[in-house]
Amino acid sequence: MDIKSTLSKPPSSSWNWFLFAAPSRFYFLAKKIIPLCWALAFVLGAIGLIMGLLYAPTDAQQGDAYRIIFIHVPAAWMSMLLYVAMAFWGAMGLIFNARLAYRLSNSIAITGALMTFIALWTGALWGKPTWGTWWVWDARLTSELILLFLYIAYLSLYSAIEDQRKASKAASLLAIIGVVNVPIIYFSVKWWNTLHQGASITVTKTSMQSTMLMAMLIMTFAFWAYAFAVILSRVNQKTLDEESHTDWALTELKRLKATI
Amino acid sequence: MQKISTLEILLAVFKRDISLALRRQSDTLGAVFFFALVVSLFPLAIGPETKLLQQIAPGIIWVSALLAVMLSLSRLFNDDYQDGVLEQLALSICPLALIAVAKILAHWTYTGLILLCISPVLALQFNLSGIAIEVLLITLFIGTLILSFIGSIGAALTVGLKSSGALISLLVLPLLIPVLILGTLAVDAATANLPYSVYLYILLALAVLASFFAPLACAAALRIALD
Repeated sequence: MDIKSTLSKPPSSSWNWFLFAAPSRFYFLAKKIIPLCWALAFVLGAIGLIMGLLYAPTDAQQGDAYRIIFIHVPAAWMSMLLYVAMAFWGAMGLIFNARLAYRLSNSIAITGALMTFIALWTGALWGKPTWGTWWVWDARLTSELILLFLYIAYLSLYSAIEDQRKASKAASLLAIIGVVNVPIIYFSVKWWNTLHQGASITVTKTSMQSTMLMAMLIMTFAFWAYAFAVILSRVNQKTLDEESHTDWALTELKRLKATI
Repeated sequence: MQKISTLEILLAVFKRDISLALRRQSDTLGAVFFFALVVSLFPLAIGPETKLLQQIAPGIIWVSALLAVMLSLSRLFNDDYQDGVLEQLALSICPLALIAVAKILAHWTYTGLILLCISPVLALQFNLSGIAIEVLLITLFIGTLILSFIGSIGAALTVGLKSSGALISLLVLPLLIPVLILGTLAVDAATANLPYSVYLYILLALAVLASFFAPLACAAALRIALD
């Protein structure tokens, strides 16, 4: 075996935590996972929507308007989870000085911001028919809005710094500071809300019907699969872009060009 | 060579920043006048109704103070970065986080403390009661300190950028929402003759946390920029 091929195709070494930290290994792993995630996202999304929109019973109090829950709740869950994931990979990047972790962190940010926006938007659409208003200064709504601002801050700091390495580091640091602050913000907003409005509007707690719950869980998994697919695609694109000086990336780029 | 202690370095940094601020009067006083102006704009926009103005005064004064502090933040590290002083400070024997503390305290002295001095006058314009003004001053005292500490992180993250003004506000303001909430809640409670000390304790707790962690984050951000 000549040196070149050993470099481009690392021998299958024994498992360790950094096995897939090598961009080339991660690239080919992600490439295999991405189509799987897309398939899962579409299949689960179709099943979840059919169950939720056609088979789940109409809510006694809210009518059919509640059905936006099947988009709204998964998006809201994802928005919070992705922020933590973004900060986690940012921290990994800073601790281990790993390019791949930074790329993951950056790739998560855009999807996270999108999820936050979807959660807010569908929340407004849900609020109009059920609460009679597009927006209330409820603790949850307000903290979700602040979360959107935190995502925007991350993205704008990242794009404002020209040197990419510095941008990744600075944005990761901001994400970590943000994640420490999120609980403080949430509790202070909650406190502010309970003290400012006597009786705020709350969704009446009814035990959820099982078809509804199933549909919502399936939709959540669909959102997960979508997020994985998009984030990994973005990471792979960044990898090819930033590693274009390496042999394996060049051959991969040539191969991709040939297939177009 | 003469040995210099850490404390002497910190004092020198503090004094230097203060004297720089004193020589840049248009900037230092500018923030104060900006504060007074923004506070005065609200009655013009909302109307001269005394009852309503009295009710929203704590919020107005707090938001204006936030914005005024944001104005001066972009210069906290940027000038030193441009002329190379920051690099020298990073190379000194004194830890960068401690130097950040000295600079942040200087920043608070030439912004927060001055805002604090004129805020009672502004509060009188809104017909706030004596106890409300007292609580407002206490919350502003603790609050502006937190603003300087947390704001310094934003200033450090945007060091060396061409247009950092709006970006700093975008980075820092979401993080300062708890301070804003607690500050206004305390004054509201004082106006309504309710116990308010709990808000002050939480504000103090936040100040302690911010004054410990913010300089560390600040130093990390500065090292990234100087890298």
